[in-house]
Amino acid sequence: MNDKPEKLIDKKGLRLDGRKSDELRPVKLEVGVISNADGSAYIEQGKNKILAAVYGPREVHPKHLALQDRTVLKCRYHMAPFSVQERKSPAPSRREIELSKVIRESLEPAVFTEYYPRTMVDVFIEVLQADGGTRCASITAAALALADSGIPMRDLVVACAAGKVENTIVLDLMDTEDKVGSADVPVALMPNLNAVTLLQMDGILSREEFETAVNMALEGCKKIYAIQKEALKTKYMNISEEIKEEAEE
Amino acid sequence: MPVFLEARQLVTPGDLIAEGEYSAGENTFIENGKIYAARVGIVEYEAKRVNVVALKAFYVPRVGDIVIGTITEVGFNGWTVDINSPYVALLRASDVLSRPFKPQKDDLPQVLDAGDLVVAKIFSYDRTHDPQLTVAEPGLGKITRGQIVKITPTKIPRVIGRKGSMISMIKQETGCNIILGLNGVVLITGKTLEDEQLAMRAILKIEQESHTSGLTDRITQMLREEKTKREENKE
Repeated sequence: MNDKPEKLIDKKGLRLDGRKSDELRPVKLEVGVISNADGSAYIEQGKNKILAAVYGPREVHPKHLALQDRTVLKCRYHMAPFSVQERKSPAPSRREIELSKVIRESLEPAVFTEYYPRTMVDVFIEVLQADGGTRCASITAAALALADSGIPMRDLVVACAAGKVENTIVLDLMDTEDKVGSADVPVALMPNLNAVTLLQMDGILSREEFETAVNMALEGCKKIYAIQKEALKTKYMNISEEIKEEAEE
Repeated sequence: MPVFLEARQLVTPGDLIAEGEYSAGENTFIENGKIYAARVGIVEYEAKRVNVVALKAFYVPRVGDIVIGTITEVGFNGWTVDINSPYVALLRASDVLSRPFKPQKDDLPQVLDAGDLVVAKIFSYDRTHDPQLTVAEPGLGKITRGQIVKITPTKIPRVIGRKGSMISMIKQETGCNIILGLNGVVLITGKTLEDEQLAMRAILKIEQESHTSGLTDRITQMLREEKTKREENKE
């Protein structure tokens, strides 16, 4: 599986998993999966499987970390030892610490942190299975968990990546494409306010390629946003429908 | 059109609700003159005000609110109380004893110990200070018997119902006395455990189905059905 494939894109322009260049992997989202948490969400994006749980706002421990004018948002991105082919040490790696920060910074603009000073919100992200683009999927799930927990938010946050594989700009890279391909551009978006909260680039792109990639990622974000919103509503819609059915009986 | 959604529609954070002459009510915010939702909830229009009734939220203290809390710690001259909110509340010894507190004479754990439940009123609170409680009013103080149910604080108004219709119905049907803590903690005291459990079930059902219509009727029906079932079992 770790062998480098000869061609990432075949003659018909299809990718390794049969997708077109501007096609997303199938996304499945579920809200309220962890009853112990104040808010939670689960995302499956292709082979990615990620859990996000939110606790708080609650008292800050240790106390000196508390801010007098706003909530402290804490984020922990963690990959399970079994989430990748080769066992990953469960201790937080340099990469995980960086991603925790990046995810926190992309979620923070969406949260009304100034509403509840001297408190803390904990966001836990657990990657159960990884297949490229986990940071984007994590942001999508974490935003959903935050909304589910009842923390006031300006908007949801949704993220998606685009990149360059064999001189073609493609959407939503999977693991092999990410590793063999030449560039990766993750983008996080607050769709209603039309604000980008995360924009990174790994690799080399020309100015035109970069623009195409960003626009493609933004389109991908909007598609995921529709699913994200639906997932949030489904949790409550199910109850209303059950009652309607009971009434009809 | 200044309004983008019908009343009683489900919204998620960031949904555009209204524009123009409307003012932003609960769980909404204004950005560039447009009103958006800040929480998952149901849109309600109240004259020229737009509110979102949150489906899930936590309790934020307000001066004058009646709350039910758990003593978590006995301090030097008072107690810290968990009121199911982002902030812990303080209860002073002199307030409970209703006279000046003398450390050499009064033994605090004997008055209230960790784990005890109290009905209290928020005495003071602002952004810079933790809430302070008082029990120096009739009906407030330590809870000695009954059952506790916890629900989402935003659903307390739904349990009360329009002009108290829901709560008085439950009280009447089950014969229980019910104290609603605005922090989402509910105390039920009845003659028998069965009565109390019935009232508990009704309140949990309201929490589950708070965003649906015709709820009072369904709860009444449920309570009556359960009661007839119990009568039959006795025979």
